[in-house]
Amino acid sequence: MSDISFVRAEMLPPSEPPISERGAVKWLHENLFSGWLNSILTVLAVVSVYYLIKGGSPWVINGVWTGDSLSDCREALAGESGACWAILVERWNQFLFGFYPNTEYWRPTLTFALLFVALAPVLYYGLNRANAIMVGIVGGVLVLSLIALGTDVWHILLSVLVFAALTAVAWLAPKKLVYMSLAFPALGFFILWGGSVWGPIGAMAGLGIFAVVWRLTQRVLGDVVAGGVGLIVAVVWWLWLQTVVTTALHGLIPIGLEAVDSDQFGGFLLSFVIGVTAISASLPIGIVLALGRRSDMPLVKMLCVGFIEFVRGVPLITMLFTASLLLQYFLPPQTNFDLVLRVIILVTLFSAAYIAEVVRGGLAALPRGQYEAADALGLDYWQAQRLITMPQALKISIPGIVSSFIGLFKDTTLVALVGLADPLQGIRKIVLADIDWKGIFWEPFIFVGLIFFVVCFSMSRYSMYLERKLKTDHH
Amino acid sequence: MAIAVNAPKDGFRLSQLINDTRYRSYTIQFVVLLMVVAFLLWLVDNTIANLAAKDKDINFGFLWARAGYDIDQQLIPYTNDSTHFRALLIGLLNTLAVAVLACIAATVLGVTVGILRLSKNWLVARLMTVYVEVFRNVPLLLWIVLTFTFFSEVPKEPKDFKVTADMVATWDGPVEDRLYPVAHKIFFDTVALTNRGTNMPAPLLYRPLGGVEVGGIPINFSTIAVIFVFGASIWVNRRIRADAKAVQEATGVRPVTWWKSIALIVVPTLALLLALGLHWEIPAFAADENGVSKGFNFQGGINVAHSFTALLIALTIYSATYIAEGVRAGILAISRGQTEAAYALGMRPGRTTSLIVLPQALRVIIPPLISQYLNITKNTTLGMAISYLDLKGTLGGITLNQTGRELECMLLMMLIYLMLSLAISAVMNAYNTAMKLKER
Repeated sequence: MSDISFVRAEMLPPSEPPISERGAVKWLHENLFSGWLNSILTVLAVVSVYYLIKGGSPWVINGVWTGDSLSDCREALAGESGACWAILVERWNQFLFGFYPNTEYWRPTLTFALLFVALAPVLYYGLNRANAIMVGIVGGVLVLSLIALGTDVWHILLSVLVFAALTAVAWLAPKKLVYMSLAFPALGFFILWGGSVWGPIGAMAGLGIFAVVWRLTQRVLGDVVAGGVGLIVAVVWWLWLQTVVTTALHGLIPIGLEAVDSDQFGGFLLSFVIGVTAISASLPIGIVLALGRRSDMPLVKMLCVGFIEFVRGVPLITMLFTASLLLQYFLPPQTNFDLVLRVIILVTLFSAAYIAEVVRGGLAALPRGQYEAADALGLDYWQAQRLITMPQALKISIPGIVSSFIGLFKDTTLVALVGLADPLQGIRKIVLADIDWKGIFWEPFIFVGLIFFVVCFSMSRYSMYLERKLKTDHH
Repeated sequence: MAIAVNAPKDGFRLSQLINDTRYRSYTIQFVVLLMVVAFLLWLVDNTIANLAAKDKDINFGFLWARAGYDIDQQLIPYTNDSTHFRALLIGLLNTLAVAVLACIAATVLGVTVGILRLSKNWLVARLMTVYVEVFRNVPLLLWIVLTFTFFSEVPKEPKDFKVTADMVATWDGPVEDRLYPVAHKIFFDTVALTNRGTNMPAPLLYRPLGGVEVGGIPINFSTIAVIFVFGASIWVNRRIRADAKAVQEATGVRPVTWWKSIALIVVPTLALLLALGLHWEIPAFAADENGVSKGFNFQGGINVAHSFTALLIALTIYSATYIAEGVRAGILAISRGQTEAAYALGMRPGRTTSLIVLPQALRVIIPPLISQYLNITKNTTLGMAISYLDLKGTLGGITLNQTGRELECMLLMMLIYLMLSLAISAVMNAYNTAMKLKER
């Protein structure tokens, strides 16, 4: 037994795994052909993708980009199948801005850029690097778009100065950007609708008056009563004094932009105006409704539940038709304000009910211990909500809030049904009513759908990223 | 040094209404009540003033007046001589028809896509992700209008299906010279898809059982008989399976029942249909003795308007993406240990999915599914963009415009949609409670 003639002293190098267990073959086998069912699915998928590309790609690639009418496109195509992208080259401005005056395109573009500046402190509060980078990039993109839009030099220069200043503020005192966010509603309104600068300033002054009165009387009267007094004074200002003062000021110093009527708003401009206004206004209302729904006070709870369930039970279209047909009955006789504003109000109420449910879900997901700890610290209701509950509940609700926003943004297309010029139905129909473009079907759908897709998809990805970033537990 | 003092019990001071948390909630509620009542009174007062200014009143009597307009899709008889109330009913039935079919189709598609998205097949999973992301990030209205445009532009006109005398003349000649219409019926020459609508075969009976009309709603005895026989077969089948299960639990051997089940479900209903003399009326052009088509459109069969088809398809493909996401989240919520335990017990993957994973995932899936069903029902109102006459189209559309009674029509319509939503959520919540894990 001991005559072993050879013993290997070192390990053999491991032999290669068999061909079926490595490389592309293994990957193919595991991921595409792991069983007869999977193989059938793979083959079906490959075949359908092949036919889709084979059928669709010539139409897209052959597409004609220049021309003044569909007949031009047909001539250029000479009988071949192909898209007529010329309609987009000719009419993209209507899809984006509706009937906003050509020379004033810099205004919606600037407002859109300022929207991101207003959002910056919400996204990166107090971080000078992130804020400055974001504001700088937005400013750069803005200037490029303004040049592409053919804006005159003065407005480009103005935008460059504004954004240089804003970037400097973002770098040096990033927390000060919050004032930009606070001023944005009035600023955006002024830039978009134009008219006298004193109107929006007067409206914002009401808020200032409220703050001043509250500060002065708070010591004497306590938070709640001081708030009530401040509100009364502010309402008195808005209802009776504001118009007198702003008219006088406008007479003295007439500063303003060319007024643009709501009827001229259309396309994606309209979608963004309705969507952004409604979601930002509905967030506070929704939070209040959610708190009301969880309140111990039976009357408050009943009212909130009733409102939320009613609004969630009816389709958005009925709310839009309420705006266009019924509001004239509910408001004092001779009140007449434009349809865009009425639609925004009703869409805000609609979205507030959905936000309320999302926030309520966030509040319900918080462990009871958080509420009890806040109570144990001796915080009162509002302090507990502001410092303990809401920050956590809102964090949990971010995906829900973003998906309500995406839903709301998509639903802005429904305003076409009450006669507003949304990009999908309103503008598309107007463009196709032109004799030059009659007979075109798919290109506008692709253009509008692509923009909606890019906006909604990036928002949903951003919310996923935010969700991961804010996750503090270790599961 | 703090000394705890009990809250003073002496007397009630007015300031306690604001400062004392025990009484403050009453104050707040009282103020809220006052504000709400004042707001409602203001609304009612405005409404009365506005109605008086327009010389109108609130009166639902218009519902019994002659409607005077036609509706192309009607599930119960309706003519333009019928009342507005009947038009409302037709609209409601159209809403329900498209909502129910879309819910079923979206569930089937959504569950399939949701499962396929988790498939180990790399290509299929990616394709399903693309499908879900593309369809849910673009407005539903776009899909509805796009589908409708597709159906009304791509299929051929009815006249392209016609056989002309010229074509018939060539049929005697050599094969290669024969001419045929450019468009053909699909599905074994039974369904004609034209740009004006889809003409489908209609089921007819040689020996119908007759029917009665109750309150203007026709009741067809033949349909009821078929439904009754089919339901009875299902019930008997369930009894057989329950017996089989009892035998299995007693002896460990499950009797073979599949052939009994199939026979039970198929044979009685089929026999009844044969006895009633079921046959299909296939849409076709009227033709003369040579086979030359006459008239302008297909005769016979059921004509389904494209507004219905487009709305149904768009709602299905759009809502299915949301259902797919719900299904995927539900399946992912089941811990891997469950699947591994099933494999350890020797179960095959298919049975693991159907017996272990899906029943547990169902509990996570049902709540979002309820809200999707509600969304589908509410989204049927978007059919308005392609002139589908649902409740919004009849009561909130033509009736409203004809009678000018905005207030009554809108309130009634909101009420009906609200009741519909509440009914759906009540039914689905009951199902959810039944499916819930029984915890003790």
